[in-house]
Amino acid sequence: MTAEHEKGALIELLYQLADDDFILAYRGSEWLGLAPHIEEDVAFSSISQDMMGHATMYYRLLEQLGEGKADEIAHLREPSKFRNAVILEEVNGPGTYLEKPDYDWAFAVVRNYFYSVHKQIRLDSLRHSDFEPLAEAARKIMTEQYYHLMHWELWFKQLVTSTDEAKARMTTGIEKVWQDFGGVLTLGPAYADMVKANFIDDENVLKQRWMKRMEAVFKETGLTFPGEPKMDRGNGRKGEHTEDLTKALTTLSEVYASNPKTGW
Amino acid sequence: MSQQQKEVEQLVWSALSHVKDPEIASVSILDLGMVGSVLVDGSIVKITVLPTFSGCPALSMIERDIKAAAEKVEGVKEANVEFVFTPPWTTDRITPEGRERLKEFGIAPPPANHVMGEPWAIDCPYCGSAYVTMENIFGPTACRSILYCRSCKNPFEAMKPVANW
Repeated sequence: MTAEHEKGALIELLYQLADDDFILAYRGSEWLGLAPHIEEDVAFSSISQDMMGHATMYYRLLEQLGEGKADEIAHLREPSKFRNAVILEEVNGPGTYLEKPDYDWAFAVVRNYFYSVHKQIRLDSLRHSDFEPLAEAARKIMTEQYYHLMHWELWFKQLVTSTDEAKARMTTGIEKVWQDFGGVLTLGPAYADMVKANFIDDENVLKQRWMKRMEAVFKETGLTFPGEPKMDRGNGRKGEHTEDLTKALTTLSEVYASNPKTGW
Repeated sequence: MSQQQKEVEQLVWSALSHVKDPEIASVSILDLGMVGSVLVDGSIVKITVLPTFSGCPALSMIERDIKAAAEKVEGVKEANVEFVFTPPWTTDRITPEGRERLKEFGIAPPPANHVMGEPWAIDCPYCGSAYVTMENIFGPTACRSILYCRSCKNPFEAMKPVANW
């Protein structure tokens, strides 16, 4: 394998890590003012802010690898260049945060909890990465991610063991997320090169760890474990995305695209 | 290193003791243990800084303030700030003075030598009581939690413990 192959795989991996955190942090920020209660508003926006910080760390690593300025990478790329999983770009529910937001809290809890568990497992692997700057970033992110996982696990376990209505809504949320969560668990077409270069562990090992942990939580809370999650609406790691991503990026980049000199 | 460079380095450290955290006016970045190193090369200074929380919006202000403070030191033509993640910033880097100053600002300092995953005790920064409740582990800034003191009936904040895994 040439060094060129290795660099390409590393760049692909960093885009996946960055874009996953970036788009889910954006979806989280859309909840501001709409969360079930004010304490949650504070917590959720703090988590989204941390996650946007994590995305920035990865974008800076990409900048150092010659991919352009971090702000431009985040704001000026075409949707097809994004490598986030499809389930993370999905809208929070009908409406927008400005007009008739009818957001689904069960979906938010399930998506963030499943993602947090995977992120923890992924970081635990990345902190031993052979690309030292990535290992350093992972160790830093883990100190913050710890609180996110604790937060979403509490919500998840409380709601699935709560009233019949809560349980029914959560079950619907789980079914919805399960259809596409396979997209989070994959490392995409360059996966073999990433693993060979010891940037990250084998995606099957990481997936098994996630499933084992999920199965234990499902058992503990009396839920039926649905088996391996699917990837019905395309592989974001290959640049396959939905209209939801295009719309989100248009909103997100509106100010930057109209005046790139804007300070951030 | 020449005697002159050593002197410049000392002056830069002393200038940095006046750079405050924009979100906690009583505490300097040295109190928080955010400065990793000061390297003097002729009239150019490189300062490595350990970010507290990676998404902290105060970081760019801190960077600007550090640069300005260091460039005021005689013998310094240019100061550059570099954010580094090794070693990662942890709350045990906060100095004893820093811990006292946090309390003055109404923020309970984090426990020393915290082990991630273990519970921690927080005393009210106003009356010292341990009879407190956690209202929200997340707070108005990334690094703080919101609590309530059952003894003196004051709401207060606490800095979240951050330790290596």
